[in-house]
Amino acid sequence: MCLAVPMKLIKKEGDKGIVLSMGVEREVSLALLPEAEIGDWVIVHAGFAIERMDEEEARESLKLLEEMWSS
Amino acid sequence: MELVREFRDSSRVNILKEKLEGFAFKNEVKIMEVCGTHTMQIHRFGIHQMLPENVKLISGPGCPVCVTENSYIDHAIELARAGFTITTFGDMIRVPGSYSSLEKVRAEGGDVHVVYSPMDSLELAQRSGKEVIFLAIGFETTAPTIGATVKKAKELELENFSILAGNKLVPPALKVLVEDRNLGVNGFLLPGHVSVIIGMRPYEFITEYGVPGVISGFEPVDIISSIVLLLEMIEKGEARIINNYKRAVRDGGNPTAQRIIQEVFEPVDSEWRGLGWMEGSGLGLREEYSEFDAEKRFQVDVPPPREHPGCRCGDVLKGIINPPECPLFGKVCTPENPVGPCMVSSEGSCSAWYKYG
Ligand code: SF4
Repeated sequence: MCLAVPMKLIKKEGDKGIVLSMGVEREVSLALLPEAEIGDWVIVHAGFAIERMDEEEARESLKLLEEMWSS
Repeated sequence: MELVREFRDSSRVNILKEKLEGFAFKNEVKIMEVCGTHTMQIHRFGIHQMLPENVKLISGPGCPVCVTENSYIDHAIELARAGFTITTFGDMIRVPGSYSSLEKVRAEGGDVHVVYSPMDSLELAQRSGKEVIFLAIGFETTAPTIGATVKKAKELELENFSILAGNKLVPPALKVLVEDRNLGVNGFLLPGHVSVIIGMRPYEFITEYGVPGVISGFEPVDIISSIVLLLEMIEKGEARIINNYKRAVRDGGNPTAQRIIQEVFEPVDSEWRGLGWMEGSGLGLREEYSEFDAEKRFQVDVPPPREHPGCRCGDVLKGIINPPECPLFGKVCTPENPVGPCMVSSEGSCSAWYKYG
């Protein structure tokens, strides 16, 4: 149920959004993530965007991992 | 998102594997994962084979369909037989109840629909005019999607939609597991997308038992590095909650989703397969939303539940046995012909062991 790849939000209208998932457009509800903006990568669960995927945090985690290995 | 690929990168995985091999424990160390998707990924990527000596990964009650008790499935079956339209997530349909399954009832003419989103049930209710009942199962990740759907139904003043409330909460189950001395869990791999909703705080109490927890994503680098973090803490005798899935999990969770859960639901005692009744471990509808409560609205006779003879799914969910220790595993019970729910769901332990070993 949780193996969601992040999808890019390309349209937003009220609490509805359109995401691009492997080239296919899909409608999602933004009721749980009203702050989502066009261009955001979002995690989708059961037709709802539940959170933004944070690229900066992703980079930070990879950096931390690298530090972990070199120690 | 290109970056996600980096969390699958094999050179990173190899370095982490070496890191894992560097650990040495004299006594057995048990790490429990409490998310069905983690279970599936752990088997898929062969993570069991990477573990150092004396370290064991055991599966907990992380598969939503698996922990759903027979009496709930029986109830849904009787509602379908009584002529109501049932909508449900796909995994549920093949799960055997005490005497039948929704799939069989559908073959007998029952009106059972698989939906991708709970919202689809609203459309069906509007379109068909029939009395539609959605089977509300799942953990904190799913609860707000159902809460938002119920709120929408109220807004639309829909009179032919309701839910059979059965959502469950992870922290109360963790409490029972961490207190179980026979089980002796030394660390928890915490569910990524449940944490997206609830954040870190609801897990803090497990550290009071001297047990650490790490919130993990689902890629191999996520899972293996989370195990490394757990083993480091266990080695040092530290007990903290670490968020190792920061790209998705905010420390405070998703406040909008939390608010919707709060508004629509309230904690109730709930029965879990394998773990029994646990205080405050389920979600029921609040009084203000009771018009959407199928259990209150429609009376059907549900026969007394019974367990599947020989099935040890309950023990699997508690981490007491591994699936191959069940005498039916792979012989009588296979994904094509499942005896118990742990073999039906792709997130179930029995199915993960069967598919990937
Ligand atoms: S292998 Fe089948 S019968 Fe055995 S515990 Fe798993 S689901 Fe139940």
